[in-house]
Amino acid sequence: MQTFDLGKRSLRELNETLHAQKSMTNQTRWKIVNAKGNHAIAVGLDAPITVSVMGSTGYYTAGMNKHAAVNIYGSVGPGVAENMMSGIVTVDGDASQYAGATGHGGLLIIKGNASSRCGISMKGIDIVVHGNIGHMSAFMAQSGTLVVCGDAGDALGDSLYEAQLFVRGSVKSLGADCIKKEMRPKHLKILKDLLKRADADAKPEEFTRYGSARKLYNFDVDNASAY
Amino acid sequence: MCGIVGLFLKDEGLQPELGGMLADMLISMTDRGPDSAGVAIYGREKGQDVKLTLQSDSADKDFAALEKDLKRVVEAQVTLKRKDSHAILSLPANQADFARQCLRELRPEVRIVSIGDTMEIYKEVGLPKDVAARFGLREMHGTHGIGHTRMATESAVTTMGAHPFSTGIDQCLVHNGSLSNHNSLRRKLAREGIHVGTQNDTEVGAAYLTWKMHQGHTLGEALKSSLDDLDGFFTFVVGTKDGFGVVRDPIACKPAVMAETDKYVAFGSEYQALVSLPGIENARVWEPEPATVYFWSH
Repeated sequence: MQTFDLGKRSLRELNETLHAQKSMTNQTRWKIVNAKGNHAIAVGLDAPITVSVMGSTGYYTAGMNKHAAVNIYGSVGPGVAENMMSGIVTVDGDASQYAGATGHGGLLIIKGNASSRCGISMKGIDIVVHGNIGHMSAFMAQSGTLVVCGDAGDALGDSLYEAQLFVRGSVKSLGADCIKKEMRPKHLKILKDLLKRADADAKPEEFTRYGSARKLYNFDVDNASAY
Repeated sequence: MCGIVGLFLKDEGLQPELGGMLADMLISMTDRGPDSAGVAIYGREKGQDVKLTLQSDSADKDFAALEKDLKRVVEAQVTLKRKDSHAILSLPANQADFARQCLRELRPEVRIVSIGDTMEIYKEVGLPKDVAARFGLREMHGTHGIGHTRMATESAVTTMGAHPFSTGIDQCLVHNGSLSNHNSLRRKLAREGIHVGTQNDTEVGAAYLTWKMHQGHTLGEALKSSLDDLDGFFTFVVGTKDGFGVVRDPIACKPAVMAETDKYVAFGSEYQALVSLPGIENARVWEPEPATVYFWSH
């Protein structure tokens, strides 16, 4: 285990050190101490390493992640795992706004709550939130899966494309073109797998599926008020 | 972008450290606002006295003999304590209006930044660490305080464009965001007889709250109606005699994080602003909800 103290060395040094790890590196386990709300911790990783961040962080933690497993033992600021490509990012506490935004792949697990715009414009990432999510989540979400074990805020899935949304609790309101959909066996299978991988104590049958009504894909003057 | 910090002490034993704690929080928000900084500090009430925070661009000239000059016309105990470009004028509350009149005649260039029994406002152009040092923030005591670091977007970088803005006696406002309807609101307030001194959007927000409260609304009600009447992005923190309040616009894209322990309640634009606080590792940390008014008071 390699330990990196952000109280003693700079953030740039940290990210350069982590970027220098190649796919066959022997230094596969990293521990970052004194995170102290710093921004951009462990961004742009591109190797199958495990990074544990001790304490809460600021903006853009583990952004653009590829291959790495990043565990944050605290809460994260805005934009965690933004534009993630692959790998796993796990947040022990809460996440601030736009968690997993524009993510292309990989799995983001938030064990607490996520605030507004969780999964905005997601493009293939899977996100599992053990708690609640805030308003405008999955706005313009294109593909991937968002699983919420708690409740969702206002305007869930506004202008949604082909991302799948599963919510166990209540939804304050649905956004334009987002509707409740039938839960079929293939969806239950996807959910079961994600809940297991995210270590979430919930049954797939307890969830409701939401998706796009696909009415806003092409402009139709009858739908003008929905845009 | 701007940075906001707020600290409300539950533990009286920490009161001598308020300034130091707030200074660390303020300086941590330098990245969010390097062009100006300001704080509102709430101390203990001192008898019947009221405090006026004064500011002057030519402090040496304006403040040198001001106490003596005021004593000549105001028949009461008057003290003036200078702190860099600011000075705190203390005098009996029943003399405050008269003193303001005298001040206008004696020193027309001096601005009144705030009035209150317990509140003092200090704000200047410069890096937060320099502003904190100029006013001796670390040595200040008090029950609670709020601070702001500014990165100007809507108006010029000047002392009077810095936050906090006074909204009334012992009340002030700091803002992260930008208001889009401040020009029309400024004209509306002018018709109502409310004067806004600068081109700054936040000052209009402060004047709006003052106007609402003149109409008989409580601060909480005024903040609630700001959600309907103000267009734009805002996280507001308001300081009051007893504590502070927080409200975010319904979109809530301007960040906010709160922390509470049995010793304090703290606000920061980012978690970074809170890391220097004692016991933060075990504090309850959460994000205030959009379009919701929060208050903490003694």
